[in-house]
Amino acid sequence: MRDLFIDTQMALMLATLLFLRNRCLEKFNPQRPLQMELLTLPALHRMAICGGTHGNEMTGVYLVQEMARRQKELGDKAWPVPIVLVLSNPRAMKECRRYTETDLNRCFTSSILSTPISGSSPYEVRRAHELNALLGPKDSKEAIDILCDLHNTTSNMGVTLISYAPNEWISLHIYKYLKMKMTSVPVRLFMVNIPINEAYSLESVGKNGFSLEVGPQPHGVLRADTYNYMKEAIELAIEWVSLFNSGAVIEGGEVETHMFHKSIDYPRDPESNQMTAAIHPQLQDQDFCCLKPGDPMFLSFSGETVCYKEEDSLYPFFINECAYYEKGIAFHLARKTTLNIPSVKAQKD
Amino acid sequence: MSTVSLPALSRVAVCGGTHGNELTGVYLVRERLKKKQQREGQESFSVTMVMGNPRAVQQCRRYTEADLNRCFTRATLNSPISDKTPYEIVRSQELNGLLGPKGSPKAMDLVCDLHNTTANMGLCFITFSDSDWISLHIYRHLQRELATIPVRYIHFDLPKSEAYSLESVGKHGFAMEIGPQPHGSVRSNVFVAMQEGIELMLEWIRLFNSGTLFEGGSVEVFTLVKNIDYPRDPETRSITAAIHPELQDRDFCLLHPGDPLFLSFSGETLRYKGKEPLYPFFVNECAYYETGIALSLASRRRVTIPSIQCNRDRLTMGTDA
Repeated sequence: MRDLFIDTQMALMLATLLFLRNRCLEKFNPQRPLQMELLTLPALHRMAICGGTHGNEMTGVYLVQEMARRQKELGDKAWPVPIVLVLSNPRAMKECRRYTETDLNRCFTSSILSTPISGSSPYEVRRAHELNALLGPKDSKEAIDILCDLHNTTSNMGVTLISYAPNEWISLHIYKYLKMKMTSVPVRLFMVNIPINEAYSLESVGKNGFSLEVGPQPHGVLRADTYNYMKEAIELAIEWVSLFNSGAVIEGGEVETHMFHKSIDYPRDPESNQMTAAIHPQLQDQDFCCLKPGDPMFLSFSGETVCYKEEDSLYPFFINECAYYEKGIAFHLARKTTLNIPSVKAQKD
Repeated sequence: MSTVSLPALSRVAVCGGTHGNELTGVYLVRERLKKKQQREGQESFSVTMVMGNPRAVQQCRRYTEADLNRCFTRATLNSPISDKTPYEIVRSQELNGLLGPKGSPKAMDLVCDLHNTTANMGLCFITFSDSDWISLHIYRHLQRELATIPVRYIHFDLPKSEAYSLESVGKHGFAMEIGPQPHGSVRSNVFVAMQEGIELMLEWIRLFNSGTLFEGGSVEVFTLVKNIDYPRDPETRSITAAIHPELQDRDFCLLHPGDPLFLSFSGETLRYKGKEPLYPFFVNECAYYETGIALSLASRRRVTIPSIQCNRDRLTMGTDA
């Protein structure tokens, strides 16, 4: 009897603790459902696939053009989901440059999108407004259901999905699907935890959205292997959307994610601000491999090694991304966490 | 072949940033300019460091109006300058004044021009001559001493007057091309390799100037035969295929008739239809998309080089510039 009493007490305590933990989680993120609950979400009626947001990231440019050819030939039969294909920055594409006046993929904050265009607005800001009208408006009922933006990086990142943290169950499920199905290239997820109105990149315009970043590839170059990886990834994403829309229950589970923590800049000359070191050979190409205190980070042009001095072991990525030199980023650091994502099912209209 | 006696090399130039986004040379020149004041000791030759295209370096672009490294033909160097002359042509004439004049006794004894490529080419000497014994001996020296990267010699068969690149301004000259590296980025392994390459070149010059006899022998040379363009849409001229995965990164691996060249976006393999096996290089060089070159093809042969020794009667002592 006494044992039963103790067991019951223990059980009650555990149940209370679990209840309180879940209430805390809900309070922290009210939209986060309880573990393993089935979540019903609106169907994804329309999907946008964008390339050339950076005009010299060639895979997206050529993939979108190829998809447009297929769409012209086959019409609605091209894919099981209606797809809007967009070449985001035609002017930059023509010059094979990342951008002409300002980085288009930093122009999608709610603030920039709600500021009226003037005669002196840079081309890319005007283009962001156009894209917001076409695929948004951001944060409205009319916005496209899901937006996938195609990018390349000079970093050794394989296939990386990039998404904003709040509520991105759809992106997390697509990531889970790609990770399961793609065997010839590593697939990873990187999440940025900022509210949607502060989110600055194109995919934040859709109700759901993610970037597909594939590398390494030099900007301005088209490699067959990265083209095939991106093509496979997009086809799988479309396949998942179609499966979801069919009303099937898509099982949740655990996914490993990398949450943005901070960026590290190159060592620079205090007067000229020029870089005085390059990424150390032992860090070069080691994206997503744990960086521990004492590990080499940079090799100066005069031959000195600069080591990582922080206390936490973190995960570096975008290591030696060419376009980030001007933004003062040698690499990003992320924490690796495991998320439990719920099973999902499309709402019947 | 009997020993060839050659004058000492008393004035040497090392140039970086001729293409503004090929960053290894840019950072190497900056680093050596910083250390210039610190260098002690007597060299038998002066080393002038030059930033080829400062405007393009500042913008981190290959060029601003015209490719500087195509502006050194006799015709371009002699063309009149006006307000409308592209910046790079004005600059090429300035550089010809500084390092040349091309073809004259006042020209630099040796010009080494530093470049990067997105192609997997290791370290390549690129020159217009297959009988410049100085360049060929320096090449052999690097081949023997540089362990970390393959070293090769590419020859473009053009007479000096038609030679269009910067190193043709010197009495002797070669481009030192290292890849793969994305344009606009710096990789440590490439920086270290190029730094070592330059040090070995300077070491050879020191030895040569001091009277060392360099034994002759034979070296492997690749000579450009032809270029192959991407398949293109006849209307838009847009490329319709990428370099095939079996060719990508396989610079200097023999390409046989029937071997895959391109993989089209619709999944078709296009094959090499030439009659003879040749050696591909500059495979998927980013900057060549606009000039219509997907890859270049070379023949390979061995070139006999004579023993050479500095003619010390004509040695002049230079000071560190």
